[in-house]
Amino acid sequence: MEFETVIGLEVHIQLSTKTKIFSGASAAFGADPNENIDPLTFGLPGTLPVLNRQVAVSAIKLGLALNCEIRRFNQFARKHYFYPDLPKGYQISQYEEPICEHGRLVIRLDDEIERVVGITRIHMEEDAGKNIHDARTKSSLIDLNRAGVPLLEVVSEPDIRSAAEAASYLKTLRQIARYLEISDGNMEEGSLRCDANISLRPTGQLKFGTRTEVKNINSFKFVERALNYEIARQLSILKGGGQVIQETRLFDSTSGTTHPMRSKEESADYRYFPDPDLPPLIVEESWVEKVRSKMPKLPEELRQMLIEDLGLTPYDASVLTAEKENVDFFLECYQVSKNAKAASNWITSELFGLLNKDERGIADSPISARNLGELLTRIDGGEISGKMAKEVFEEAFKTGQSPSDIIQAKGLKQISDESELLPIIEQILETSPNQLAEYFSGKEKLRDYFVGQVMKATKGSADPKKLNLLLDKELGRRKDG
Amino acid sequence: MTESQQPTLTDTIERLSRKKISSVELTHGYLQAIRDHSELGAFISVDEDKALEAAALADKAGPPDENQPLRGIPIAVKDLFVTASGTTTCASQFLKGYESPFTATSVQKLYDAGAFCIGKTNLDEFAMGSSNENSSFGPVKNPWDTTRVPGGSSGGSAAAVAAQLAPVALGTDTGGSIRQPAAMCGISGLKPTYGRISRYGMIAFASSLDQAGPMAVSAKDCALVARIMAGADRLDATSVDKPITRWEEPIPNVFEGLRIGVPKQYLIDGVDPEVLSAVDQAISQLEKLGATRVEISLPHTEFAVACYYVIAAAEASSNLARFDGIRFGARAQEISTLTELYERSRTEGFGSEVKRRILLGTYVLSSGYYDAYYLKAQKVRTLIQRDFQDAFEHECDLIACPTAPTTAFPLGEKTADPLQMYLADVFTIPGSLAGIPVLSVPCGFDGNHLPVGIQLIGQAWDEHRLLSVAQRYQEETTWHLQAPPLLSHGGKA
Repeated sequence: MEFETVIGLEVHIQLSTKTKIFSGASAAFGADPNENIDPLTFGLPGTLPVLNRQVAVSAIKLGLALNCEIRRFNQFARKHYFYPDLPKGYQISQYEEPICEHGRLVIRLDDEIERVVGITRIHMEEDAGKNIHDARTKSSLIDLNRAGVPLLEVVSEPDIRSAAEAASYLKTLRQIARYLEISDGNMEEGSLRCDANISLRPTGQLKFGTRTEVKNINSFKFVERALNYEIARQLSILKGGGQVIQETRLFDSTSGTTHPMRSKEESADYRYFPDPDLPPLIVEESWVEKVRSKMPKLPEELRQMLIEDLGLTPYDASVLTAEKENVDFFLECYQVSKNAKAASNWITSELFGLLNKDERGIADSPISARNLGELLTRIDGGEISGKMAKEVFEEAFKTGQSPSDIIQAKGLKQISDESELLPIIEQILETSPNQLAEYFSGKEKLRDYFVGQVMKATKGSADPKKLNLLLDKELGRRKDG
Repeated sequence: MTESQQPTLTDTIERLSRKKISSVELTHGYLQAIRDHSELGAFISVDEDKALEAAALADKAGPPDENQPLRGIPIAVKDLFVTASGTTTCASQFLKGYESPFTATSVQKLYDAGAFCIGKTNLDEFAMGSSNENSSFGPVKNPWDTTRVPGGSSGGSAAAVAAQLAPVALGTDTGGSIRQPAAMCGISGLKPTYGRISRYGMIAFASSLDQAGPMAVSAKDCALVARIMAGADRLDATSVDKPITRWEEPIPNVFEGLRIGVPKQYLIDGVDPEVLSAVDQAISQLEKLGATRVEISLPHTEFAVACYYVIAAAEASSNLARFDGIRFGARAQEISTLTELYERSRTEGFGSEVKRRILLGTYVLSSGYYDAYYLKAQKVRTLIQRDFQDAFEHECDLIACPTAPTTAFPLGEKTADPLQMYLADVFTIPGSLAGIPVLSVPCGFDGNHLPVGIQLIGQAWDEHRLLSVAQRYQEETTWHLQAPPLLSHGGKA
């Protein structure tokens, strides 16, 4: 029997707001333990939460990007459980009334195949702190820096059919969050966390099989690995005639396997109820429209534009739109040079090559998009050759000088003017009678010799196109004469 | 009456203004009274040096003025408001010795107006109780009869004002905790509209019901203190920005066309006839002042107590989850697992009434019971709110009824029967559920010379009208000025 995989993902996106979701404490990553806390973060008696409206703005942005309906009447709910990293004994979240619902996300496999994944809901909630267990001293420490940092939880429909699709979904979601500048999407730092619900069913069957929930997938590297392990595990159970047990399983990145969480940890009754400290958040249509009017262009839209309007290949378009900074750099460069293909090639091969070697991002590029555009304009205008441009580019990358300064300082200029180039060609031909005779007697390879001599005489600055044109004309004239 | 007359806050401010007394002298007097009447158990902590220091500073700054109308006034603060100075215990072993790093907004506003704290008053643990017998630091006794309860949960604050241990006290009211003890101790007390005064710094019992308010001798005193405490606070999202006028100045001709609604549902079994008679006479007095009495109907009143005990307990079970022994407060010793740490810290830290309500609240929020209890109670709450809206829209401008069904009952009488105890709040709870302003003022005595209180219930944000009516009533009556016999026997200055 053949089986079909069914996956739904729950992704937590940590928002990069300055302050926490319900207090003025800093939400920055990387502070010393318990540095970013205040009485509210600490859960002290008498403190009250007040919503950071920037969190709602981020939620509306993501909701619009994922084609969701935005809820007008929003209510926060308390989710109760006791754990030392949860200072109030409850987490403030949204339960029955999430801010965004009924959306969809288009994902792509190998740049070609499109799949649509339904978005069930997006809701706002606060993060918990961290417990740190010290095996040496047998003590547990609590760091509450992360407690109260805002999260958006994005829940997908069970529309994903393979581990590769899940990885693509996650990448696309991260890409959108970064375009919207609501999160850095850094999975290793925990800014993006993913839990997966996985089940298998006989191909053609509509009813879902029994699912397991895989938690603790904390790196992009492990997404496909964790899911494929779990798919294989369920498949072998089902093929052996067994039954999958509904349970929560933790992924262990060192062994690459999943193992069941202790059942005690998942049998909680969270006793959700509306948080009486937070009045309903009313999202007026005018607010949504204001956010919509400030939305940046999204990767999919930009990708289509690069392909359809600027004639780039789907591959190049995908590479350039993978990160917002890249496509911004490309578009600025294109603004100047008006040559999309050249801009794309130079950025994806030359610039990325050098940046990767230095392990730098495009934001730290020593050459600005504008300067690269100018360099490309000079190539297209025939002022300098491609070869010269490469030298200039490398020098500019190394020194941080602008390409035009380098060109001027080195006196680099391509000779393409006929009145300048023709006398040089004539002189070379006249001082090489033997070679010329041999050429006319059929040794056509000697044409390269003449080109080389002209290049030598012009120190390589002759415009090759023009040179070829004039040389052919001159040779023809002499043959006929 | 031959007993000494209760000095009002307004009089005391007047005396400070005319320099007939200094704040230091005033404070010395109150500190002496607190020591003399320590058997009342009204205070949990008093920092004499701090109070005298503040009084001396106030004297240096000069008499009260427009900027600091309370300059030099010592206030008693229910030990549920956190204060950066001293301890805040909520009368719980859990918070014994707890020091807050910040001060409640409402208290800070009074400090900014020149007042200072003379001591933190006793209460039912976490404000859960109607007799002040649930304090883990011992009960409070009623100054009118020390064998009786002062009411609760703000029993310490009520007793402090009644026994002249402070000119004004702060209370909190969730289901009647300002009004019921005010009535039982013969003083005035205001529960403002929900959202009127910031809850920031009040240790939460039931967040959707809790409101801070003043307890003082007269309605005028309450008006002055309440309007200083009032106003939106960026630290409390449920606080509301509404205009605030000088409530201590009565609205002229407030009785003109005033219709006072008397709900027929409040004439239930178990209400003391002497209480009913005193309240009836008070309404007659209001009629003499120009009001019209109309009978009204609040049809869902009978469900209020049940509804309240579901909602308040649900919110309490959640609000008290932070008392886990991890970061502050009591932590059980010699524990070996995390679960044991939670269980033992909470078992040892909380008293039995608090545990009862946490269990009740946990139960009504549990999956499978939520719809039948919590959700149903919320629906009932909406119906009760609508009862009041309908009455105010069509029938009357304010509502009058007894504050409590009985006068102060003997200590120990109801401790064994929580349901009987819960019924002590039968008249105060509906106004809490509706979130509307309610004022209790003294309106007579029963045969045992125990004070009776009348409640005036208004529409949301209509405090000024309530306070105006009560101020006019108190200009015509002296119930609020009578001091408990304890003071004349004790020979208080």
